[in-house]
Amino acid sequence: MANIKGAVVVNKERCKGCDLCVAACPCQVLALQPTEVNDKGYHYAFMQNPDACIGCASCGLVCPDGCITVYKVKL
Amino acid sequence: MDINEIIKPENMVYTKPRLMNDNPMHYCPGCSHGVVHKLIAEVIDEMGIEEETIGIAPVGCAVFAYNYLDIDWIEAAHGRAPAIASAVKRLNPKKMVFTYQGDGDLAAIGTAETIHACNRGENIAIIFINNGIYGMTGGQMAPTTLEGMKTSTCPYGRNVALNGYPLRIAELVERVDGTCYVTRQSVHTPASIRKAKKAIRLAFENAMAGKGTSLVEIVSTCNSGWKMSPVKANKWMEENMFAKYPMGDLKNV
Ligand SMILES: Cc1ncc(C[n+]2csc(CCOP(=O)(O)OP(=O)(O)O)c2C)c(N)n1
Ligand code: SF4
Ligand code: SF4
Ligand code: SF4
Ligand SMILES: [Mg+2]
Repeated sequence: MANIKGAVVVNKERCKGCDLCVAACPCQVLALQPTEVNDKGYHYAFMQNPDACIGCASCGLVCPDGCITVYKVKL
Repeated sequence: MDINEIIKPENMVYTKPRLMNDNPMHYCPGCSHGVVHKLIAEVIDEMGIEEETIGIAPVGCAVFAYNYLDIDWIEAAHGRAPAIASAVKRLNPKKMVFTYQGDGDLAAIGTAETIHACNRGENIAIIFINNGIYGMTGGQMAPTTLEGMKTSTCPYGRNVALNGYPLRIAELVERVDGTCYVTRQSVHTPASIRKAKKAIRLAFENAMAGKGTSLVEIVSTCNSGWKMSPVKANKWMEENMFAKYPMGDLKNV
């Protein structure tokens, strides 16, 4: 997958820290913020390992709250 | 490659559906309801029937569905969504009318409405969220609760001798002549979500084409009621719910 690169943007205020995107990512890109919380008090998701993202959109599909926008480019 | 080179509108491959608005949804973190809401929004948008669609919302956790999807809605009394949908569709035969109902709503208080709407072959789609529990009211036993499954009203687990068997609605309405499409799906993995979306699309197309009643059961999680994390609830559902509620089409005519 070296010729494909992806990136995601998490709507951090909408995120409820449910962890489903983290579990669904095949490339271990995502994690929940270990200490930071959003205005609702949730440990929101973020790209901990952005270089590994392949833009597969698995995270976006499983997010119940529609917090994730996924981008993908072919190199 | 710089991340800002990737994050550009022309490279976007997935985002929140257009018909889902920005109101924060009241569902618990990780609840299946949100995933199904997104699929319904996507299907309506892709079919171009935003102005033709009327949803009937239930009593249950999805009682506020109308706050999240920007289409026309009617809020039904508990269990009565298929009766309202029947009337709306008969008065507006060109509209796409669907109900969205939990298992307490559809399979307990609304059993009669469900079965008779299916038996009349009403040209509606029924989206049935089976999470095996009354989520909204604090996790009481539903007709769909699994044998041995603990809820607040069967704290030692559902006892068949006392409470009867888990009710399999899809198998019931499959036998009823008015249904054209009965399927059981889930939304716990990207692959299952893509399949469930196709099922919802077919049900909506059937409703528009006047083929009869379609019922799409989505075996779902209620992580709060089940007292598990969302990730654990998905696993528990696979290991326990799918044996009683197997995935796939039961009828497609
Ligand atoms: C006539 C009437 N009886 C009982 C209730 C209480 N009540 C509200 S929601 C609900 C069950 C909800 O369970 P389900 O349909 O499975 O939806 P979920 O919350 O699990 O999605 C009940 C019994 C009510 N609101 N109205
Ligand atoms: S797009 Fe795919 S690889 Fe990238 S974070 Fe999401 S799930 Fe992981
Ligand atoms: S799936 Fe959505 S709500 Fe859950 S942690 Fe990920 S971004 Fe947040
Ligand atoms: S109580 Fe259960 S069904 Fe209701 S929002 Fe919470 S997880 Fe979802
Ligand atoms: Mg329920």
